[in-house]
Amino acid sequence: MDRTTIDLWVGLFVALGFAALLGLAMKVGNLTANKIGATYSVTAAFGNIGSLKLNAPVKSAGVVVGRVDKIEFQSANYEAIVTINIDKRYDFPADTFANIYTAGLLGEQYVGLEAGGDEVVLKNGGKIAKTQDAIVLEKMISQFLFSKASETDTKTTAPSAKDAATGVELKAGKSTELGDAPF
Amino acid sequence: MIERTWRVGVGARLFALTIIYSGESFKRFHLTLREIYFTGVMSLLIIVVSAFFVGMVLALQGYNTLQKYGSSEAIGVLVALALVRELGPVVTALLFAGRAGTAITAEIGLMKATEQLSAMEMMAVNPIARVVAPRFWAGVISMPILAAIFSMVGILGGYLVAVPLIGVDDGAFWSQMQANVDFRLDIVNGLIKSLVFGVACTMIALFEGFDAPPTAEGVSRATTRTVVISSLTVLALDFVLTSFMMVV
Amino acid sequence: MTTNIVEIDHLSFGYKGRLLHQGINMVFPRGKVVAIMGGSGSGKTTLLRLIGGQIKPSKGEVRVAGEVVHEQDRDGVYKLRRKMGMLFQHGALFTDLSVFDNVAFPMRELTDLPESMIRDLVLMKLNAVGLRGAHQFMPAELSGGMARRVALARAIALDPEIIMYDEPFAGLDPISMGVICGLIRSLNDALGATSIIVSHDVKETFLIADYVYFVADGVVAAEGTPHDLMQSTLPFVHQFVHGEKDGPVPFHYPAAHYQTELLSEQVV
Repeated sequence: MDRTTIDLWVGLFVALGFAALLGLAMKVGNLTANKIGATYSVTAAFGNIGSLKLNAPVKSAGVVVGRVDKIEFQSANYEAIVTINIDKRYDFPADTFANIYTAGLLGEQYVGLEAGGDEVVLKNGGKIAKTQDAIVLEKMISQFLFSKASETDTKTTAPSAKDAATGVELKAGKSTELGDAPF
Repeated sequence: MIERTWRVGVGARLFALTIIYSGESFKRFHLTLREIYFTGVMSLLIIVVSAFFVGMVLALQGYNTLQKYGSSEAIGVLVALALVRELGPVVTALLFAGRAGTAITAEIGLMKATEQLSAMEMMAVNPIARVVAPRFWAGVISMPILAAIFSMVGILGGYLVAVPLIGVDDGAFWSQMQANVDFRLDIVNGLIKSLVFGVACTMIALFEGFDAPPTAEGVSRATTRTVVISSLTVLALDFVLTSFMMVV
Repeated sequence: MTTNIVEIDHLSFGYKGRLLHQGINMVFPRGKVVAIMGGSGSGKTTLLRLIGGQIKPSKGEVRVAGEVVHEQDRDGVYKLRRKMGMLFQHGALFTDLSVFDNVAFPMRELTDLPESMIRDLVLMKLNAVGLRGAHQFMPAELSGGMARRVALARAIALDPEIIMYDEPFAGLDPISMGVICGLIRSLNDALGATSIIVSHDVKETFLIADYVYFVADGVVAAEGTPHDLMQSTLPFVHQFVHGEKDGPVPFHYPAAHYQTELLSEQVV
């Protein structure tokens, strides 16, 4: 085998490898989607983060503006401290509301930011005070079931959640913990 | 059992010597290029064809299950993750052991049996620098390249089945994939795996060749052992690496 | 500078407790063709490997050009080996390289000569063994005798001071044997080298050797010029030189008594 043809083949082989890697990075992976330039980080405390993962997107108005950087448990008041990196180009008011949402019924969870009306904006190392926990499916279902149960029981046309809870309380007799559970 | 342990030790020594004398062989890199041609380029065909079929089968099977839950768009994610994380590196390594590993073992075994290695030593040419190291690095370089090509071709095969054949939406196929395949956690980890497999497979093939008794039977047994030991090592290493790479 | 380029001094060597050599003394003077003879398995080839530093002696030493081989580090041994050329029993040509590349191999590996000069040198070496016209062949396309000659051209590629031959006549037809025989003598004289031949072919070896050592039972059993040895009355040498079936080296491998073994019921 001539040496120059071998060189050509090996060159082609390596080029193919790089092309495949490039294809994997650009077309298959999230390398392009992940492109957030300079960021600043803020923290938010949640009572329950559900199954929020590292690197999960942070969205505002449905647009990705950042990523979850760190998740820690704080034993002082049993909260989850989530550190998120937000793109430097976007400012958010200090009273921004952070929620944990789920994409679709069974999709992955992400942090949603809803801007408040404060004049002061969040700075690097800032803290989002107003948060809402992840919705845990089991809780929602049990809540729904209790309300259904009380509906058929009391035969009221439009029971409020509170009515439903008391309905259960009355019916179950052994009571208060059950009524408290969903909330 | 003692015999096995002994062999592991000798293999480790060969590995260490290979690394030590690699510098000498890098000075004449065309030797390594030649071996990349024999291990990498010559394995290309089997890799591409297998990858294509594996990708197509994955898409078919995935569709079969996913459509029951009404999420056939997730087919792209399934194919891509399966290939990039596991099948790409593992199947490539298994095919590599069968295609290139056996060739290396047989070649070195025969070179030893016909005293070519002794002749080289008597000429003051170090066989480890001249014969072993170029083949080692060729294997280590070729394996991730082959694995990347395997994954990409497999995904294209899956695409062909999912989009034109089954009728999954083109945009959903790619965008779902992009949303769920992480460059660092999935693609880079897959490449790290194949790099480790490359070291293991090539080293096993080289060692078995070096250690083969200089007879026809000895070389043929060594060749068989290369395939068996490489395959088992790859699968075991895959488990270990996967568990290391798991993000808690 | 000593007149002996290789000296073997009280050398003992053995594998796993079994001693193959027990105190061997040999000298190889410069410019001579010296043969080491002995039956199969008497450790002749091992002697060559000891001279080449591929294995270390258990006791005693081998000196090449005044330097003790087994005391050298890897670089030292490689330096000594550059003074040596070796022809292996079956040639040991590199099967993935052509005849030309085989002969060019040591030049390319060990020197920085330009490719044009290597080309001329390779053709000269091939011409010396009469195979200049076969330079484009692959080793698989050569006959046994031709392969041996190519290997010889490769062994002398860097004009070694010592050329070692491991069974150069084994398995060759009479014509090839004669060719190799003549080449060994003429190359030795042309290059001013020292040749060490390991062989059990009495006729050819005696034809070209200046001095012969007989090795048996791990020691030098006899030594002398071919002429002296032909006249030797030592029973072993007589048996070997004249190729007699029985003698001090028995025809039968040590075994139990023939009749007793045949008549016994014991399964072997």
